[in-house]
Amino acid sequence: MKKNKKNKAIFQKVYLGLIMAFFYLPIVYVVFFSFNASRSLTNFTGFSLQWYEKMFHTRAMMESIYYSVLIAVIATVVSTIIGTIVAIGLSKSSHLIRQIVTQVNNLPMLNPDIVTAIGLMLLFSTLNIPTGFGTLLLAHIIFCIPYVMLSVTPKLRQLDENLAEAALDLGCTPFQALYKVIIPQIKEGIVSGALVAFTMSFDDFVISYFTTGPGINNISTYVYATTKRINPSVNALSTLIVLAITIVLVFSNVLPLLKSRRKNNEKTA
Amino acid sequence: MKSFRRLVHPYLVWAAALIVLPMLIIVFYAFSEQGNVVIPVRLTLNNFVRFFSDPIFIEVLGRSLKLALITTLICILLGYPAAYFIAKMKPDSQSVMVLMVTLPQLINMLVRTYAWRGILLNIDISPEIKVYIGMVYNFLPYMILQIYTSLSKMDPSLVPAANDLGCDDRMAFLKVTLPLSVPGVISGITLVFLPAVSSFFIPKLLGGGSYVLVGNLIENYFVTTGDWNFGSAISLIMALVILISMYFTRKFDYDKEAV
Repeated sequence: MKKNKKNKAIFQKVYLGLIMAFFYLPIVYVVFFSFNASRSLTNFTGFSLQWYEKMFHTRAMMESIYYSVLIAVIATVVSTIIGTIVAIGLSKSSHLIRQIVTQVNNLPMLNPDIVTAIGLMLLFSTLNIPTGFGTLLLAHIIFCIPYVMLSVTPKLRQLDENLAEAALDLGCTPFQALYKVIIPQIKEGIVSGALVAFTMSFDDFVISYFTTGPGINNISTYVYATTKRINPSVNALSTLIVLAITIVLVFSNVLPLLKSRRKNNEKTA
Repeated sequence: MKSFRRLVHPYLVWAAALIVLPMLIIVFYAFSEQGNVVIPVRLTLNNFVRFFSDPIFIEVLGRSLKLALITTLICILLGYPAAYFIAKMKPDSQSVMVLMVTLPQLINMLVRTYAWRGILLNIDISPEIKVYIGMVYNFLPYMILQIYTSLSKMDPSLVPAANDLGCDDRMAFLKVTLPLSVPGVISGITLVFLPAVSSFFIPKLLGGGSYVLVGNLIENYFVTTGDWNFGSAISLIMALVILISMYFTRKFDYDKEAV
């Protein structure tokens, strides 16, 4: 019986190990070949930094990083503000309005990206709006807002309805009630909404591909356009992204852990 | 607090113009064709007739559904045990594992798919299998995280209770754990099947152009040939097929709950 349990535990570890190997194999592969001396993606012929040098000297590549980050940051800030405000308004609205907005928000979330994308492309063309940075940014804001609302709304539901009323009775203006009472209570939902928005925007390819214009590429559309040929600088670019994301994740996960440990230590001391 | 209601009004206009209107334009394009100088646009059903009368288009649609279905099944089969094992770990290890599953997801999807290209160049397998590997790789994390979430919400004393009542481990899993994790599996299916039907860059990057899916058709008609009317009709057909499949998945979920 005991041996059986031990075998089970080993099986679980091996299984999860294999799944993780599957997840990290391509990442390790890309990082490894970004230091390759030759163009080959299959033979490692020696260590070199030439693809990094090439990446930093390829203007279009650097621009794509710039646009990806810029658009993700602006889209996150704007969609988080709008999404939060609308979610708060919605929590006080009638059942009918709530239903309508939820259903409409479901459209871009449940529709395949490509349908949302061509819809926006056709809209911009119908209105004669030239595609470019503006349409790309607008598209990102449009599809990020429903996700922000989705993560803010549950927090609002947990909120005591009388809190805001009490704030008003105590002399707050509605804006103050919003800013001093409601927002701090739903902060968690707002932060996770912003994170989702940033990830969605940074990761997006399909909607960007159909709504951007000539000369404006983010990382996704740039990689898509250049992978028809073998381009080892993309490996260098990927390595850079992997590094950035790992640093952010480690900091955001390890720092709170260290902080809570220190607090605990202070308490015990 | 009624003053806050007004905050919604601008969004109603925004959503009507930027979410609903684009969908209506797709429908309009799908049911029309470019005419001549006198009548620039004609309403017609020709786009749909063209799609359904050509066996190649039906074949592509069938292939996309098959790919999405098999990808979803593989994700459930591989993802369920992974989620189950993670949920049984110590809380600290659980959060580390969740982080490890999430991290590759945060790396741009195009970049992840590009990474597979190099590896798969070495291996002599059919383009179809390459596409399947890329699909499962991209979507498996969603499935694991969804199932894990529903498993970790489960009351940990339920399985011991079932054991006390005479269930062995297998019975307890089948009668208690599995039914309670169905909502996670369903939302996993939504997150995998839906984007899988319409995906077009994974087949293009890994299948090397020989593996055409509905998404590739739509891209072609919008970007290459510029036949937006037919492209819209294909998108509409695809959206409807997805809607119907999701309806049945959810119905299955409700039926289960009713039992």
